[in-house]
Amino acid sequence: MLCPKKGKESAMFKGKKVIVFGERDGVPGPAIAACMKAAGAEVVMTATECFV
Amino acid sequence: MSDPVIKACSHILVHVPDFVRYGSKPSREIENGGKPVSSAVEAHLRTFREAVEYPPNQVFIGNLHPDCLNGIEQPWRSHPVRGASRLGPYGEIMAEETFLALMKLADDFDLLWIDKDTAPALRDKLQDDPFWNDANLEKVDTGRDMVRILERIENERSLPLYQEGRIVGCFHRHHDQDDALKSSVLMENLMAKASGTLALKHVLKTADLQPEEIDLLLNCSEEAVGDRYNRGGGGLAKAVGEMCGCINATGCDIKAFCVGPLYALLHACGLVKSGVFKRIVVVGGGSLAKIGMKFRGHLAKDMPILEDVLGGIAFLVTVDDGKSPRVRLDGIGKHDIGSGSSQQNIMESLVLGPLDRMGKQVTDVDKYAVELQNPEITETAGSGNVPLANYRMIGALAVLRGEIGRAGIDRFVLDHGMPGFAPTQGHIPAAVPFLGHAIDGMKGDALQNTMFVARGSLFLGRMTQLSDGLSVFLEKNRGWADALP
Repeated sequence: MLCPKKGKESAMFKGKKVIVFGERDGVPGPAIAACMKAAGAEVVMTATECFV
Repeated sequence: MSDPVIKACSHILVHVPDFVRYGSKPSREIENGGKPVSSAVEAHLRTFREAVEYPPNQVFIGNLHPDCLNGIEQPWRSHPVRGASRLGPYGEIMAEETFLALMKLADDFDLLWIDKDTAPALRDKLQDDPFWNDANLEKVDTGRDMVRILERIENERSLPLYQEGRIVGCFHRHHDQDDALKSSVLMENLMAKASGTLALKHVLKTADLQPEEIDLLLNCSEEAVGDRYNRGGGGLAKAVGEMCGCINATGCDIKAFCVGPLYALLHACGLVKSGVFKRIVVVGGGSLAKIGMKFRGHLAKDMPILEDVLGGIAFLVTVDDGKSPRVRLDGIGKHDIGSGSSQQNIMESLVLGPLDRMGKQVTDVDKYAVELQNPEITETAGSGNVPLANYRMIGALAVLRGEIGRAGIDRFVLDHGMPGFAPTQGHIPAAVPFLGHAIDGMKGDALQNTMFVARGSLFLGRMTQLSDGLSVFLEKNRGWADALP
């Protein structure tokens, strides 16, 4: 699940706090959160919603 | 023993325009916005005729095949099926007046009062219907003085019931301090019971079975019946069975968000295959909470509020009859806790896992039934085309496996998918509205197999970030010789 921490990507969001909103039929919250963490962000909240 | 079959199914809709105000979203918005919001809602309600002639609703009850929608210009609401019947091969579209009477028939605790001037007309509606004309219709005919009804609305927090904007009754709470027994919750539960009952009646008729022949009922509705000590405790399966005279059946409720119908099917198949029961009905009634869920988007486009129908489904699972489609129990796809949450992970678990076990390719499946929400409801409210997104994801898996080229995805969607046609009723659009068409297709020569893929939003309950899903593979029954071990 986690992207390899190589190159600039791992520092792209370093020092940033992020709130993640995902969608069941789009990209779910945990998948976005995993990417954000790999990009150096601190995920402070993750939620997924269903819009149907 | 060979795998169980789905012998019959029913799909019903109930047009409930005067209950749109009690859907979760509209009721909150009306509470905050008052008269301007409720007036806007009332001005955008459809007539019963409009609901009946709406092409996706005709697909739902089986008068049109889902693929027919590809040939009808959108918006579908502008291209009604003129003169369409409210009755179809899989069920019916019931009018609100009749349903109000059915709710009263389902009401064992005098929760619903009907005005004494209105009650006789409601009773007549059921009297004219062969499903109900031998029921205890005196229960429906017991009307109340309007003065008392208005008094209960004013002083006892009873909810007014309307017909074409006029108060015709009220719905009571059943405890002073219990939120699980307040009027809005009990109304939601009773509507699930009544619509589930209608679906069960239809499946028994289609299967030509007496209610006494059913062994087990599994309810997969999305309501939460119970009181303050056991919210969601259940009991709707037996309540529905009782109304239909299934005196030799027991039952319980299976909860799994939108995947409820497929989990219930899975349980039913296991119990039939193991020989514990012979005939099991899975039944799901409609969800009042989801009525009018996208109404803000519809008002913004000045279009009718399309989420004005409750849905109901039922299907009968039995031992192999040599004719009906078999549920391949080696073809169940599940989304494991450790599967991961990306769309690709989920679809690989639900689609590729079972296909690999059965030695099949993605393109070997004639039709995939996925979440079948009507895009005309969701796209206008900014929620996208859910079935199309799911079909494109399955097509992408076929590309990754080298079964088709990237340019072939649109063709794959057209051939192996279908446009969404189901109302946004949670568990109702979750693949199962294609069941009737699939059974017909596999009893004839149109289909060899179908995969049903449903997704569940466990995270909505705030106990886990996980989502869920289940898939079931149905295959044409090639007769008794094929059924031998």
